[in-house]
Amino acid sequence: MSANPASRWGLRVLGLGYLTMLLLIPLVMIFFKTFEEGIGPPIDAITSPDGLHALKLTLLMVAIAVPLNTIFGVACALLLVRHKSKANGVIDAIINLPFAVSPIVIGLSLFLLYGTDGWLGFLADNGIKILFSVPGMVLASIFVSLPFVVRETVPVLQEIGTDQELAASTLGANGWQTFWKITLPSIRWGVAYGVVLTTARVLGEFGAVTIVSGSISGQTQTLPLFVEKQYANFNSPGAYGAALVLALLALITLFAMNLLKRKEDA
Amino acid sequence: MGISVEGANKRFGDFQALDDVSIEVPDGSLTALLGPSGSGKSTLLRAIAGLEDLDAGVVTINGEDATGKPAQKRGVGFVFQHYAAFKHMTVYDNVAFGLKIRKWDKRKTSQRVHELLELVQLDGLAGRFPSQLSGGQRQRMALARALAVQPQVLLLDEPFGALDAKVRKDLRTWLRRLHEEMHVTTIFVTHDQEEAMDVAGQLVVMNEGRVEQSGTADELYEHPANEFVMSFVGEVNQLGEHFVRPHDMEIVLDPDDRTQEGLVQRIVTLGFEVRVELVLSDGTEVWAQLTRAELQRLELREGQIAYLRPAQAKSFNGSSPSSHGASTPHGSHDGGDAEVPAAV
Repeated sequence: MSANPASRWGLRVLGLGYLTMLLLIPLVMIFFKTFEEGIGPPIDAITSPDGLHALKLTLLMVAIAVPLNTIFGVACALLLVRHKSKANGVIDAIINLPFAVSPIVIGLSLFLLYGTDGWLGFLADNGIKILFSVPGMVLASIFVSLPFVVRETVPVLQEIGTDQELAASTLGANGWQTFWKITLPSIRWGVAYGVVLTTARVLGEFGAVTIVSGSISGQTQTLPLFVEKQYANFNSPGAYGAALVLALLALITLFAMNLLKRKEDA
Repeated sequence: MGISVEGANKRFGDFQALDDVSIEVPDGSLTALLGPSGSGKSTLLRAIAGLEDLDAGVVTINGEDATGKPAQKRGVGFVFQHYAAFKHMTVYDNVAFGLKIRKWDKRKTSQRVHELLELVQLDGLAGRFPSQLSGGQRQRMALARALAVQPQVLLLDEPFGALDAKVRKDLRTWLRRLHEEMHVTTIFVTHDQEEAMDVAGQLVVMNEGRVEQSGTADELYEHPANEFVMSFVGEVNQLGEHFVRPHDMEIVLDPDDRTQEGLVQRIVTLGFEVRVELVLSDGTEVWAQLTRAELQRLELREGQIAYLRPAQAKSFNGSSPSSHGASTPHGSHDGGDAEVPAAV
């Protein structure tokens, strides 16, 4: 492509410079700021009852939203790719909604739907609490992270085509066997990448969850909300410490996928 | 017994892929479905396998109505043009797939898989992944995989289409021998008439969703039912309403009432065979196939005038009494032969 060394170096400097300024420096800054006053304050903040509760709640969100969106995402991708119909365009557009709509708007719409005057407000009257509690936060997390598995799986499904699945059926496999033995193993890296992105999105979700949860310390506060509260209360080391934990969780998911992939390739 | 399809119809939107197609494939035969792309041959094969639903028609496999059955219950082995190898499985696991689905025990499975790998000459490569095999090896693996479950019929969809010429020729011979050993009823789809004639005992020529003619290679070549079959199974010159094979174009130096004048444009020597290209007085371009000896005897030169005498010409014009219609698949054998008048 570009045999010209000057343009090659130019592109490298531009790309790396952009990444450094916008991504690396801010993240490194957090790391240094966290331990500015020693290791004590951030550890204290994280191990406080509210901090631990926020961590647990965040992991709970991941544990519920990620499997649900994975199952839905794969099923939906199969529908879009393998069962062509006129409704697919509409389904495709709806799946992209969470990308297009601001999380705050998503939070507000859930708030309106489940609020006392909302269409589903009667649930709260009958003792099923959605808003300001875990169910509402799970709904918000699922909403914002819904498209990732679908988006990552669709192109892989298109690429592998239908020949392998048809071959399996002529060899006697039923639909269920074909899915588990042929389709899923063929699309697994697309799905895995979608899972990583979904996890990262759920871990970091702030806007929609803030609105529906009310951000009550020790009750409906996830890690991102905890970070924000600490920061607002001038507990910078606590905020940075919690932020670092969040970043670490995301990195662990990424590394876990890479590790699995390397093991497979070996 | 064997395979029969009756009154098969299939539309894809505005496109009529199969238009009232009926074929009979005798038990234990090796039959080729031959036709250009879009002729419906692959659709017909997939319909037999249950990979495509027919809008109308009946598929019978070994005397049993298979029309509504899903592919997994038809007992067919299917080989795809692009191999359809299970990429995440080893060669062994690919071949064992159908046996594992049928819950064979490990020892029997292993024995059967190794038997088949030996048959397709891949016994040393059981632990490889498809990505580590050549195209020809992948297709042999796919064939072993299809044969593993002892199918009642074997269906091959352009099995050599993605391979290079040398490998294709080897596999052709090999498939023919394999069929002689196994005697499983086999249909294979191809657009290559030479391949069809080389491998198959029976040919079914398809065009635009219909069966044009079926028969042995000789029958189709000698007695084509219509213009399409005649030009598809071999080279052909058109002289007005008549069709003549290049090897039936006799060249003479003295005119008589049955000859046509032509200008020799080009002489191409292809080893034993010589190709003489001529232009007739009305501008028609034709060519004649001669032997080297004939050329030497005639002492033909480019740019000279020579006279053509078609030894055997066919006409498929329905109004002519000495011809037969395109709709007669096994038309009377000599009906289409006619002498070509001198003046065109």
